Amino acid sequence: MSRKGGETWGIQMNLWWKKIMAEETKKNEEVSRREFFMRLGLGSLSIAAAGTAAFTYQYLEPNVLYEPSPVVNAGKPDRYPLDSVTLDVNNGIYIIHSQEGYFSLSAVCTHLGCLTAWKPELNLIACPCHGSKFEQNGKKIEGPAPRPLPWKRIWLNDDGDLLVDRSNDVAPLARDSFVRV
Amino acid sequence: MAKTFDQYFDELRGTRVWQSIFRSGTGSSTLKRALSIQQNVFLHLFSTKVRVRMLSFSATWYLGTLTLGTFIILVATGIPLMLYYHPSAPQAYADTKDLQFVVSSGMFLRNLHRWSAHAMVFLVFAHMFKVFYRGAYRTPREFNWVIGVVLLLITLLLSYTGYLLPWDQLAYWAITVGSNIASAVPVMGDKIHFLLLGGNQVNANALLRFYVLHCMILPLTAMFFVAIHFWRIRKDGGLYAHSSEPSVLRATAKEGQ
Repeated sequence: MSRKGGETWGIQMNLWWKKIMAEETKKNEEVSRREFFMRLGLGSLSIAAAGTAAFTYQYLEPNVLYEPSPVVNAGKPDRYPLDSVTLDVNNGIYIIHSQEGYFSLSAVCTHLGCLTAWKPELNLIACPCHGSKFEQNGKKIEGPAPRPLPWKRIWLNDDGDLLVDRSNDVAPLARDSFVRV
Repeated sequence: MAKTFDQYFDELRGTRVWQSIFRSGTGSSTLKRALSIQQNVFLHLFSTKVRVRMLSFSATWYLGTLTLGTFIILVATGIPLMLYYHPSAPQAYADTKDLQFVVSSGMFLRNLHRWSAHAMVFLVFAHMFKVFYRGAYRTPREFNWVIGVVLLLITLLLSYTGYLLPWDQLAYWAITVGSNIASAVPVMGDKIHFLLLGGNQVNANALLRFYVLHCMILPLTAMFFVAIHFWRIRKDGGLYAHSSEPSVLRATAKEGQ
């Protein structure tokens, strides 16, 4: 190896590559027994290495997760007075009772995943981590959040409880995205 | 007739037990001194001879050695901390509080671990600035600079994974934010996020993964690269000294007198 610098190194790499290519052409013409077994061995090792990599990847990816269900029972609708915003800290959602009906917003900031909070004195949702601000309907007022807070599917079950599916985003302000009681 | 300390030491070095361990025998000739470095498994990574001027404070400010010092403190305090810490939710938080308030000297060990961690990050950066502004990263030392950058990344990852272990609110949200930054990687971001946490959210799986990374994988990787880093210092011609540096000029002037 030369220590002189980039240019010499480049030339050397070029020569080395040409040498390899020349050897490769020679090899294609005639394969000795030693060469054959060498290739067989290296080929088997590569296959084994690829298998090990796939095995490791699969092992590192959990197949069963003991995470809470995405569907949350938010209780009876009359818990939420008209024109109120209620934060469910444990589940990371808002239940909002507006004039148009009940709807649910994700309380997880779209920037880096902090839990936002409703500020009644300012009439907006604010994130404590990096200062993003959102309207009561999730619309972004101020960054760094890149997107509005997503709306979540909300419906009434047979017992009259409000259920929210946190894994299911719905269209903001759409007729179906509200529950009317 | 009283013997001096040196004579006792020479006698000890002449014993069969000493020679069976260290191989090099008595005598303080240049050869013997060189052999005592070269034949020691830990010291053989280093040069057998060093210029005196390179041992002056102004040459390196000892920043690399100090970084190694903080790393040794972190290993020495981290292992006893592991004896009281269970990496499970919510036990981890209770154990951290026990270490702080109940275990004898627990507060001392934990704080020493924490402050050394801060010091290590600071010293790594200081070391890199010193190397950069002296131009000591240049040929033939450019590969050792690359090893150094890898060591910087390992240091930051050690810092980051250690952050989650107290399992308090600060840790939880710091790792939530940090792991969401990882999902900003193009194409495979979400996959990296999932594999790093062992799930979709920071929970027991994430705590265990961070614990294994922090206590096993990252320290061992760091030791591996530190060994290469030190060995390359010798291979690349010892510590860097440029003839125009004031410390070198002063030393040369002194030698000339």
